[in-house]
Amino acid sequence: MSVLVYTESEQGKFKKAAFEVASYAKEVANQLGTTVTAVAINADNTAELGNYGVDKVLHVSADSLKDFNAKAYASTLHQAVEKENAKVVIISSSADSKTIAPILAVNLKAGYASNVVAAPTSTSPFTVKRTAFTNKAFNMTEINSDVKIVGVSNNAFGLVENSGDAAAEDFSPNLDDSLFGVKVDSVDKVTGKVTIADAEVVVSAGRGLKGPENWGMIEELADVLGAATACSKPVSDLGWRPHGEHVGQTGKPVASNLYIAIGISGAIQHLAGINASKVKVVINTDPEAPFFKAADYGVVGDAFEVVPQLIEKLKEFKANNA
Amino acid sequence: MKILVCISHVPDTTSKINFTEGDTKFDTNGVQFVINPNDEFGLTRAMWFKEKQGASVDVVNVGGAETEPTLRKALAIGADGAIRVNAAATDGFFVAKQLAEVVKNGGYDLVIAGRESIDYNGGMVPGMLAELTNANFVNNCISLEIDGTNATAMREIDGGKETSSTSLPLVIAGQKGLVEESDLRIPNMRGIMMARKKPLNVVEPVDASAETTAVKFEKPAPKGAVKLVDADNIDELVNLLHNEAKVI
Ligand SMILES: Cc1cc2nc3c(=O)[nH]c(=O)nc-3n(C[C@H](O)[C@H](O)[C@H](O)COP(=O)(O)OP(=O)(O)OC[C@H]3O[C@@H](n4cnc5c(N)ncnc54)[C@H](O)[C@@H]3O)c2cc1C
Repeated sequence: MSVLVYTESEQGKFKKAAFEVASYAKEVANQLGTTVTAVAINADNTAELGNYGVDKVLHVSADSLKDFNAKAYASTLHQAVEKENAKVVIISSSADSKTIAPILAVNLKAGYASNVVAAPTSTSPFTVKRTAFTNKAFNMTEINSDVKIVGVSNNAFGLVENSGDAAAEDFSPNLDDSLFGVKVDSVDKVTGKVTIADAEVVVSAGRGLKGPENWGMIEELADVLGAATACSKPVSDLGWRPHGEHVGQTGKPVASNLYIAIGISGAIQHLAGINASKVKVVINTDPEAPFFKAADYGVVGDAFEVVPQLIEKLKEFKANNA
Repeated sequence: MKILVCISHVPDTTSKINFTEGDTKFDTNGVQFVINPNDEFGLTRAMWFKEKQGASVDVVNVGGAETEPTLRKALAIGADGAIRVNAAATDGFFVAKQLAEVVKNGGYDLVIAGRESIDYNGGMVPGMLAELTNANFVNNCISLEIDGTNATAMREIDGGKETSSTSLPLVIAGQKGLVEESDLRIPNMRGIMMARKKPLNVVEPVDASAETTAVKFEKPAPKGAVKLVDADNIDELVNLLHNEAKVI
């Protein structure tokens, strides 16, 4: 009857989102008066999950799961749910987890609520708050099925420390060849760079930067802040920056603690995608730019003057607070 | 190759989002509806397969009669036929079960859906549909090539891209990048005229239950006014971010 949580790892290390979903699972388990079981696939240090309240870890080590495979991962979780007789499954909003969840939902005949931003407001009926209309609204959703899947938005619930045994138990799912209909040929990933999904701070720039040659200062600012870089849609359409950096309604969603928008006007489609960020800063020459209505802090000024100053001041700040 | 493109009928991206009936229903008053942007990328890729490799392309929507202009628009862009499953799209699971029936009856090799619809953002219909029809599945798809029954697809992952090999039958969830923005088509007069003569079949839903219920909506709390910092006083910005906002 425990709450099952999928704690995602990459090259053996848990992602931050894994600790966040574990924290969420612990809250749900408290509400239901039960324990938390995590499923970890090819992860090294499963004991870390104890810090976020996980009682038991089903530890899967399988060569066949080295590359991501949606159906095989979903089947692994499905078998874990049956073993534990779990009624609630918690999963993150990473690209992989969002791919697994719908398949798992079909396997379990489970209702799935994605983009959930808070702990359940009730467990009977099981009710969660999720975002809808690309962050322009929230939607209270009831999950009516016997088994329920909750997809937690990145950075919405946060990390909550707790203590659990995280008792590891080897788990070997039965994986039929027929699950492997999609085979990974290659992965092209910049290593050592913070991704937009995981970043606490995102530095984003728009058409106001005039051209791709001016992104040096944006990258430097991101560097000082340990931030991910992002951009507005026209910037990626023009080929100034890769598509993967495009944020907004038709790009990636951003839910960072701090979002700094430089030379971005703040069109409704842009704001929709980044509104879940907690603190927003805008730097723009035009005081009438709509972004000022959505931001917490604003500087009316030229990015080419303000950004270098901001880099200097942040470096000083870091030196003093080191 | 028989292609089915799933079309979600969604409010235009500039729409004001309001709710009625005690915040239980989306207020469609004055709202313009469009083809979901993620589905439009998919439809455009389907047109490419049709023109370059030979394929038939049908479009499908699960919804009431009010969604027909959106399906007609897809026909005007170049789809050969449209299907509307006559049911309110109550939840993702329900919609996926209806679409699975259409896929089975139509014998489609390739189903192209969108990463998510921009209204309810469920992001679950394509994966569910793949599982219900026993097809391969590629989510967040940003490139797709088909050669006979083999496919090569690229998907966006957190921080990069992944390329994989797979085969038909296949369901993909497309998004920006699947085609160039400049390849998106606006229906022309001839397309609109032709669309009127193309078949738009209305089929009744199969018996299926929804597993979730949207019970209430709310809008985000109004935001306080922006705090402006002088461009010559960036120290103050750093100070506010550290001491007040506590984000650095
Ligand atoms: C269906 C649809 C979906 C869309 N989806 C998205 C989306 O997902 N994401 C997205 O971003 N957009 C999206 N858009 C586009 C959106 O409407 C805007 O066109 C876009 O966000 C504008 O990008 P921008 O702010 O970089 O450029 P602009 O609107 O051109 O703004 C540039 C800003 O830079 C400022 N500026 C100029 N020079 C300087 C300087 N030296 N220093 C500081 N500031 C300066 C200007 O004052 C201006 O405010 C979508 C549009 C549609 C129709």
